[in-house]
Amino acid sequence: MRHVIAVLLENEAGALSRVSGLFSARGYNIESLTVAPTHDPTLSRMTIVTTGTERVVEQITKQLNKLVDVVRLTDLTETQFLEREVMLVKLRAVEQGRPEIKRVSDIFRGRILDVTESSYIVEITGDASKLDAFLNAVGKDNIIEVVRSGATGIARGEKSLKV
Amino acid sequence: MHPWQAPVRNKLARNPVTRRASRRACKEARQLELSGGEILIQSLKEEGVEFIFGYPGGAVLHIYDAIYQQNSVKHILVRHEQGATHAADGYARATGKPGVVLVTSGPGATNAVTGIATAFMDSIPMVVITGQVGSRYIGSDAFQEVDCVGITRPCVKHNFLVDSLENLADTIKKAFYVASTGRPGPVVVDIPKDFTAPGVTTTFDYSAPVEMRSYNPPSVGHPGQIRKAVDLILSAERPMIYSGGGVILGDASEEFRQFCKKLEYPVTNTLMGLGAIPGTDKQFVGMLGMHGTYEANMAMHGCDVLIAIGARFDDRVTGEVARFCPNAKIVHVDVDPASISKTVTVDVPIVGEVGQVLVAMNKLIDENVDSIKREAVGQWWAEIEKWRGTNCLQYDRSGDVIKPQMVVQELWEVTSGDAYITSDVGQHQMWAAQFYPFDKPRRWINSGGLGTMGFGLPSAIGVQLAYPESMVACITGEASIQMCIQELSTCLQYDLPIKIINLNNRYMGMVRQWQEFSYEKRYSHSYMDALPDFVSLTESYGHVGMKIEKPGDVKSSLEEAFAMKDKLVFMDFITDQTENVYPMIEAGKGQDEMRLNPAHGRELA
Repeated sequence: MRHVIAVLLENEAGALSRVSGLFSARGYNIESLTVAPTHDPTLSRMTIVTTGTERVVEQITKQLNKLVDVVRLTDLTETQFLEREVMLVKLRAVEQGRPEIKRVSDIFRGRILDVTESSYIVEITGDASKLDAFLNAVGKDNIIEVVRSGATGIARGEKSLKV
Repeated sequence: MHPWQAPVRNKLARNPVTRRASRRACKEARQLELSGGEILIQSLKEEGVEFIFGYPGGAVLHIYDAIYQQNSVKHILVRHEQGATHAADGYARATGKPGVVLVTSGPGATNAVTGIATAFMDSIPMVVITGQVGSRYIGSDAFQEVDCVGITRPCVKHNFLVDSLENLADTIKKAFYVASTGRPGPVVVDIPKDFTAPGVTTTFDYSAPVEMRSYNPPSVGHPGQIRKAVDLILSAERPMIYSGGGVILGDASEEFRQFCKKLEYPVTNTLMGLGAIPGTDKQFVGMLGMHGTYEANMAMHGCDVLIAIGARFDDRVTGEVARFCPNAKIVHVDVDPASISKTVTVDVPIVGEVGQVLVAMNKLIDENVDSIKREAVGQWWAEIEKWRGTNCLQYDRSGDVIKPQMVVQELWEVTSGDAYITSDVGQHQMWAAQFYPFDKPRRWINSGGLGTMGFGLPSAIGVQLAYPESMVACITGEASIQMCIQELSTCLQYDLPIKIINLNNRYMGMVRQWQEFSYEKRYSHSYMDALPDFVSLTESYGHVGMKIEKPGDVKSSLEEAFAMKDKLVFMDFITDQTENVYPMIEAGKGQDEMRLNPAHGRELA
């Protein structure tokens, strides 16, 4: 099953490699991993998307907790949560395809950030399935380049992950 | 007392005189402006460190200069950095205090990695200080530069790259704190050369307590879980107590013995847990696992409640997990939450320090002592006694070649079972575990998790330095001993009267055994052709060498060797080449499918 784990860790050199090293050393999957400092510059927040059986995911959270640089973590999948990913797509936009791509990106509430005679760069935000759906809708032949940020996540309501 | 002080077992700190003196020294030091090298030494002093095991080199020359100018911390010069880490490890296992290592950058650090990984796998507290190239050269492929923090990351509890002279003392203090609390482990501190330079100073202050918001090891267990566990324990009709290295490392043998005595349940220990209960105690049914006793493994297989204390369900213990303790409800006490339900799912987990949890459990048992099912447990014991009656460790003692098991048994006799025994890895290690019953904790020093050949001799150095008046013997084989034999030179330099028991069968015995069983006796590269003459080799290092070839000479030569109280004696026992370690649970087999010594003449399991 897919799990989204949010981690607060010390914003120190090497903290990221401790996390990524743990996943490779113990053979855990990483679908995506995003990390950046928070409003408190001593802390970084990481969102890890992983897959595994309940047993494996339990070990993942325990092993992450064991890392000395990890301050706190939560498995967001255990509660109601929001997930967002940003994608930038450079698309071929010529002749009759040009207005069609504009229409599709409107439907997906995308924004066109860059325009040339032959291409658009579109920004799309959403969860992973929405981003996948957009790529399907515009068609493989029109895609020049794709960059995705990986998922970020936060719990709904009162629940929060903080020190 | 600060909470961070509690779990640190420090003999020096318990001594009020030394404590006062160190406090005074501490006060004076507080006003001092010190260089990085001096700060490091001063910090070690504050931690009560007696010995640093090390080897000098370019990146640590400033530190060595600071060592030269003081007498409080004694430096032990090894002959290879692997030896330094194993010696510090042996010291830590025997004393409970963190072992301290000092090595240079590059090859110094990489040579230390085997010893760091060894300590990591067995949860041994150690602080390893590695020199690093000057901070402005880091990342430039400078001479003797390696990414030490990167290389050691997967085999340390934590590691630090010191980022400024001002943070040096704080980092050392954190290193000792992390290494010795919770589930202990090695911590590496990588110090760039410029932060130890003489003449560049900062104010030294070691008084502030360590505060780490991201590191809070558990201490007491959850009372609800403890009650649940005790209820289950008392309801058992076919109980089994299975304890591991956690009881030894947590200095909880006393509490553990009380626990066992109250319940009168059968007890087994893992390889790392030997000595938690006296090996000669009637309740002790022997070690369990791959080379455990018949009775211990059969009792594990048949039990209805398994009480796992400070053990981690290692694959050498469980055998095939699917067939592990098929009928048992399991209680598991461990300080590391990640150890719980890692390989085997447990019914009642308790996260906490073993000693604390045992105190709480003992109290509850006292209150409910009448609910122990003595009659059912009595029947269970009768069954176990039948298994014990097979005498599974029996071996053929006739013949005119020395049996390795016999050497270990005679060693036990000659030392009255009161020696510190270190071992290397292989058949001799298993025979030591089987035939030298340990009555006290911290007497059995071996590399259990990583299985590091070369561990025995250097670890004996650490033990002998910690206990200069005690008997220390290293049980080894002719293959293992050659992996760190250069440390014979260290033993001469520091007058360490270690006794080396070399069970020389001219084979890498354990490899040969597996090749015999699983590869139709194709002994691929397990034969040690071209062995040195160990007697003259030892003599050239300035020690005493003995070669023993007849069974009748074993005991007398051991007595002769141990009578030489101030000499290292290398005893080269020429043993039976074909002897195997029994019983054995082969890979993929269940606990009840043991292979016994053919001397029994029948298949028992």
